[in-house]
Amino acid sequence: MPNSKYIIFLGCSIPYRVSAYEISARKVLAKLGVELVEMPEFNCCGLPLDPVSHETMLILAARNLALAEQQGLPILTLCPGCAGTLKKVNKILKEDKLLREQINGHLKESGLEFKGTVTTKHLLQLLKEDVGVDNIREAVVKPLTMLKVAEHNGCHILRPKEYIGFDDPEDPQTLKTLIEATGATCLDYMDETECCGAPSVGVSDKVALQLAKDKLSHIKQVEAMALITICPFCHIMYDTNELRIEKMFNEVYGIPVLHYPQLLGLALGMTPEELAFNELRVNTSKIIKLVNEGAK
Amino acid sequence: MAENAAPVVKDDMKEPIKASEIDPKFKFELVKMHGSEKLLKCFQCGTCTSDCPVARYSDTYRPRTLLRMSMLGLKDRVLKSETLWLCAACFTCTDRCPQDVEVASVIRVLRNLAAEQGIVPQVFKDQCGSVLESGYAFKIPDLRIKKRESLGLPPLPKGNPESVKKSLKGVAFMKHMEKKGDCNAKQ
Repeated sequence: MPNSKYIIFLGCSIPYRVSAYEISARKVLAKLGVELVEMPEFNCCGLPLDPVSHETMLILAARNLALAEQQGLPILTLCPGCAGTLKKVNKILKEDKLLREQINGHLKESGLEFKGTVTTKHLLQLLKEDVGVDNIREAVVKPLTMLKVAEHNGCHILRPKEYIGFDDPEDPQTLKTLIEATGATCLDYMDETECCGAPSVGVSDKVALQLAKDKLSHIKQVEAMALITICPFCHIMYDTNELRIEKMFNEVYGIPVLHYPQLLGLALGMTPEELAFNELRVNTSKIIKLVNEGAK
Repeated sequence: MAENAAPVVKDDMKEPIKASEIDPKFKFELVKMHGSEKLLKCFQCGTCTSDCPVARYSDTYRPRTLLRMSMLGLKDRVLKSETLWLCAACFTCTDRCPQDVEVASVIRVLRNLAAEQGIVPQVFKDQCGSVLESGYAFKIPDLRIKKRESLGLPPLPKGNPESVKKSLKGVAFMKHMEKKGDCNAKQ
């Protein structure tokens, strides 16, 4: 197993309401030999305020990068929004000297300086590039061959391609390959790369929930037993909101939504309790039963 | 900007256009801003709108229309348009634009300009207030922070709002939020 060490950037939505993702990711990474160091301090990555003030976004992101630079370690994020923002701002400020000076002028007020010396990876990219699919396959003790699932990458893990660039936004393979490394089958379905709708919540819930609803319908049509996500916001859209969507559109989906490290954790021999399955909203007992039966 | 421009043009883009509401220099203002430099390369092919997941479910949100209106100089209508805030920032339009216009970034620039005029949906005001108050975009309840220990998670790093506020000193948008008292946190 590789010996890699990252500073973990949690972002806001995960500690706010998506702890199952954090719990399962930490356990899986520890098992795969990735060492995580806690940040002494961080703030919002900046992305949520980009629509109202680009300058605010740049300052917030640069603060986080400067704080990580003090630790001298690359950054790992679990949220694609945070990863995308930190990557993008790192690139912009490294390339644009004038803008860097302007932003550093702001950071100076609180004794910080952006130098551009650290890189950022999302969990998915770390699993692909640092741990490696072969090593994950080898670490599997309980192949999940009984499961047929669907994946939802979400947007910010892939787009804009210019700044993210480790996978093809039109036909992404990383998550699929990582799912198949657990032994599970990953099904293709219509509009697989479409947005979950989360960023439109609060502006137009109707539009947002309709986006999520159509995806759930497509996933149901291919008879996926679960949906696998790697983004806290996408997870909220499908798991937290699934019941609301069912009521609103008079449909029944009952599709459990797992964070990828929860699926991987099962294959690595961890129990649903250890992986915080109890924090999920949609009932997972059917797939847990299948996994348990398969192990007999 | 024309003084007799319509007060709030909600989502009716079909209102007849008056010459008096055209700001012919608006597009030149936009191409100077970070993110919308390539606006004038747009040849209105419509790839952005036809591939937009939001446009599929909204009767009004059309990125191509917003770009055309901006190029035409319908500054007031664009900045006051409610549909401007529907973009999910999925960046599909940016990645697929054959002219490399960075459509989602143009929309972001337009939103920033609207925000400077005080046109901001509540959800963004709340997040802004939360960042100033706690450093985080959401007000993470104390109970959640305490619960981390029982879940076997390390303590949450501090958000340091005082330091965040110092770094944001002088940002135009923040000044506006203070003045309007829209963000509930005091600087």
